[in-house]
Amino acid sequence: MPTAAVRLWASRHKALIILVPSLLLTAIFVYGFIGTSFFFSLTNWRTLAVDLSLRDPIWQTYADMMAMPRFQADLRNTVVFTVLFIALAIALGLFLAILLDRQFKGRSFFRSAFLFPYALSFIVTGVVWRWIFNPETGINLFFDMLGINRGLEALGMDPLSPGWTTDPEVILSINQALAALWPGGASFQIEWGIPVALIPVAIAATWQLSGFVMAMYLGGLASIEASVRDAARIDGAGEWRTYRSVIIPMLTPITISTAIILLHVSLKIFDLVFAMSGVGPGFATDVPAIFVFEMMFTAARYNLGTAASIVMLAASCLVIVPYLIHTFKSRE
Amino acid sequence: MKGTHRILLWGVLGIALIFYALPVYVMVINGLKDATSVSLATMWTLPGKLSSGGFAEAWAMLSPNMRNSLVMVIPAALLSSLVGALNGYVFSKWRFRGSEVLFALLLFGFFIPYQAILLPLVRFLQWINLYGTIPGLVLTHVVYGISVTTLIFRNFYINVPNSIVEAATVDGAGVMQTFRKVMLPLSLPAFAVTLIFQFTNIWNDFLFGITVVPNPQSQPITIALNNLSGSFSVDWNVVMAGAVVAALPTALIYLGLGRLFVRGLVSGAVKA
Repeated sequence: MPTAAVRLWASRHKALIILVPSLLLTAIFVYGFIGTSFFFSLTNWRTLAVDLSLRDPIWQTYADMMAMPRFQADLRNTVVFTVLFIALAIALGLFLAILLDRQFKGRSFFRSAFLFPYALSFIVTGVVWRWIFNPETGINLFFDMLGINRGLEALGMDPLSPGWTTDPEVILSINQALAALWPGGASFQIEWGIPVALIPVAIAATWQLSGFVMAMYLGGLASIEASVRDAARIDGAGEWRTYRSVIIPMLTPITISTAIILLHVSLKIFDLVFAMSGVGPGFATDVPAIFVFEMMFTAARYNLGTAASIVMLAASCLVIVPYLIHTFKSRE
Repeated sequence: MKGTHRILLWGVLGIALIFYALPVYVMVINGLKDATSVSLATMWTLPGKLSSGGFAEAWAMLSPNMRNSLVMVIPAALLSSLVGALNGYVFSKWRFRGSEVLFALLLFGFFIPYQAILLPLVRFLQWINLYGTIPGLVLTHVVYGISVTTLIFRNFYINVPNSIVEAATVDGAGVMQTFRKVMLPLSLPAFAVTLIFQFTNIWNDFLFGITVVPNPQSQPITIALNNLSGSFSVDWNVVMAGAVVAALPTALIYLGLGRLFVRGLVSGAVKA
């Protein structure tokens, strides 16, 4: 009969065997496929016919892509969308969490209602918000119904009828500032500013994910002990002051995790934009994920599509890898 | 809480509620209008008379895709939960040198933008003859679900005392026996959370559905809804009714099992 030690040793090896299929699948489907995508992005494969010869110079596809006005617009849109969306979602989610951070009748109803959109798909969200921001109906009807437009006309002004996602305008452009900073700054082919058409998309994304932010904060608020609040009250701090100076700073780790998760959503956003506005006028709402999709599945520019996907991956890694390392380190 | 204070609170929350309810209102009331009374100018008005026409037409167009989604999501959610349970068991109860590193390498798969694996995935599925099929989508969702299901189960099992496993081992139970006899019976809550999390994620997926399955007959419902919405020959009331139909399964799960849903999203949010 084997000793307990031998049995334990055998068990450990059996336990390892359980992991083998998952590790193997991950090695192929995650790491292998990423490597393959990267390889494709260095080749001449830009038609339906597979051509795996390397480009000369090897980085040429990346250089071509960075010079494309469309891809420049995609990078701009990602930055603008990320900032708008994260700011809106965190502000609204935190605000709602603070309101719900007390006992009262109807609390769980409101909490469930605010989180509800999170259960829906981005496609459903995009399909419906597309109509709400349709210039010929939706929100714009309110400007007539509420008499706002009649009032404006009476004052001799133009009625309000924003084009929303169909508006090609880019506001707060910083191109002149860039050109003044360094000579290369004048050579951009796109306007560096805020594409107005992206604002409705950020609002729709906020609608879907601010409830999630609220749930994260409510979890954090529940873990703050009553003694902390009591201490602040004894020190004479009002409710608002207690939140601002004591509780919100204590929630910083939650704010960081939440922001990273939202950042990760916004860097790869695809379905929502695809269903709501598509690439938009002058690529005003185009994003890298749509660029990748079109290059790979309609234009057959495979090297360009994979190059853009590698840029997306690199951007995600810049955010996620430090976060994962930090999480694992702090646990040990 | 004082009366005026509470009314103020309800007032502010009520305004927020309008924002959250608006799209649902638009979907439902316009879905319930008939084709002749749905117009751009009356988007916000309640239907003069209720009509099930939009829903009947949406259901006729989307029910094959609804079926595709169900055939995809049920096995995918079950399989990925089972794989996650096994992995989570090993990573929490049979730690070895380097197991944390392996776990981190596995977890990385949850965070990548799937665009970065899309082209090789499609070529691979073509090569093994699963391209364009629901089993191909099941495989895809199971493989890319491994990381998050492992994470949820690992976090769950970490709170199960090690002594239970040690006692079973001393009694001569093997690794798998301990899993089946000791861990599985404890795992019901974790399975519920993981199944709901995966069901919602996979049901709501769009990227894999549209790239792995090009044939409209075989596509999951999210892709069919998007096609419906982009089609000029389909009336608007049908599109809105279709959106309600596509949202219904996950919405019902949320309304029925909300607490487990919240637990899933918090575990999925990585408190690794």
